Amino acid sequence: MSIEAVHLTHCYSEGSAFRTVALDDVSFRIDEGEFVGIIGHTGSGKSTLVQHLNGLLKPSSGQVLIDGEDLNGEHVNRRALRQRIGLVFQYPEYQLFEETVAKDIAFGPKNQGLSADEINVRVHYAMDCVHLDYEKYADRSPFELSGGQMRRVAIAGVLAMRPSFLILDEPTAGLDPKGRDRILSILEDLHSGEHVTMLMVSHSMDDMARLATRLIVMSEGKIVAQGTPREIFAQVDMMTSIGLDVPDAARLCRLLKDKGYDIPADLYRPDELKAYLLSLWKEARSC
Amino acid sequence: MLSNITMGQYYPVDSKVHRLDPRIKLILTIVFIVAVFLAKTFVGYVILFLFVYGVSRLANVPFKMLLRGLKPLRLILILTFLLNLFFTTGETVWVEFWIIKITKEGFLQALFYSLRLAFLVVGTSLLTLTTSPVALSDGIEMLLSPLKKIHFPAHELAMMMTIALRFIPTLLEETDKIMKAQMARGADFESGNLVSRAKAMVPLLVPLFVSAFRRAGDLAMAMESRCYHGGEGRTRLRVLKLTRNDGIACLVMLLLLALIILEKTLL
Repeated sequence: MSIEAVHLTHCYSEGSAFRTVALDDVSFRIDEGEFVGIIGHTGSGKSTLVQHLNGLLKPSSGQVLIDGEDLNGEHVNRRALRQRIGLVFQYPEYQLFEETVAKDIAFGPKNQGLSADEINVRVHYAMDCVHLDYEKYADRSPFELSGGQMRRVAIAGVLAMRPSFLILDEPTAGLDPKGRDRILSILEDLHSGEHVTMLMVSHSMDDMARLATRLIVMSEGKIVAQGTPREIFAQVDMMTSIGLDVPDAARLCRLLKDKGYDIPADLYRPDELKAYLLSLWKEARSC
Repeated sequence: MLSNITMGQYYPVDSKVHRLDPRIKLILTIVFIVAVFLAKTFVGYVILFLFVYGVSRLANVPFKMLLRGLKPLRLILILTFLLNLFFTTGETVWVEFWIIKITKEGFLQALFYSLRLAFLVVGTSLLTLTTSPVALSDGIEMLLSPLKKIHFPAHELAMMMTIALRFIPTLLEETDKIMKAQMARGADFESGNLVSRAKAMVPLLVPLFVSAFRRAGDLAMAMESRCYHGGEGRTRLRVLKLTRNDGIACLVMLLLLALIILEKTLL
């Protein structure tokens, strides 16, 4: 399935003294199988944008098209659509409420009206996806788990609905490096193994460098750049001007270039930079 | 979704009225209420209306915002009007029909009582519209502080009020977020009968309580780590000082009160 935003605009508190424009004429398209990253500063409208994509917020003007059909059209069953477009909010662990992990994960499928057997299968599947052992965790209270585990339970709660499109708002915020790494590899597996189309909001450029196939850069409610990570991260000056970082590897690459080394400007992954630097070093030694 | 609920309804603009001392504003509001009760004729109400309108202009608050405060009370206003209209006995009968009897006196009294109620609400909402919640609880604390002599916890009460007011928007935002998150998982808050709707609230209320307690714990910890220990010996960031404008405001209010009283005795 594809999602398309057409001239999307959203204002909060329309018609009062507190009126703010959160999204200003945003248009883009996400095709099946992509892993799109949205980056932007706090308050750039990222979270507002993702809530439009499954109909939780209605645009002030503009449209969201799901497979070419208007999401806010009159005859669209938005509840059913929401289950195809999974949305994981920021700090999703704060929405856990059930007595046991398994029951909490079953909340989504239950709302879909599935049979008890199917729900059970889904819960096993979802816990497997997020690397939580069913035997060990299914009957434990979600409130006695660690932060990283709670986050994985919450993500499993969305995955149990088997969405074909998954939107994640800052999935690694507030986690330690190990927990972060774990979440990222889960997302990687979902994208490549389960062929889920992904949209991830983050301001961790290193997360983006690792996962995204395409990036959308937002600033003050507008899209300021779109392209592959290679294209985006090569524009170090543009990124700094809107208060964003580039991945560590891209910054190092830029610093080396400024020092006069002959190095391509568009390296942004640690492994490719390492390979390039090693090849330079070997060349220098062999001379 | 919940963003259209305005609690405390402070209208954040700058004006002479906004800058008045909250203590003075509190006292003046009480005087205004007294004036409303003293007004006995329509001329009195015209004076009151001119006063309220003038203050709202001076405060840069649209008069529409004031009237909006009446909206939640419209049922009570209508009920007051109807009850007085039908159950007041009088001389001049206008309409008589079955057991219903509408008299001139009844009509006038109905109009009077509902206007009085409206003025009370509009007058007090002038206070909340022009005074930030923090300033308001500061003012209340200062006004109640003489009661500290009889061990009345004025500071603690004001602090509790400040914190409660401060957290209303936060909790509303949180509710909105959790609601959306559960809706993304297919929860349905809008349809179904009473029982199923009450059940649908569980996925909303449990996380909300968990987060409220977590926030309370965090806040207590943060206050303690900054050595907060109650009101004793505490100095203020914003020291309330009376200015000339406060004096003028008091004079204007006294004038209003005098006008109302005189008008009653003269006419």
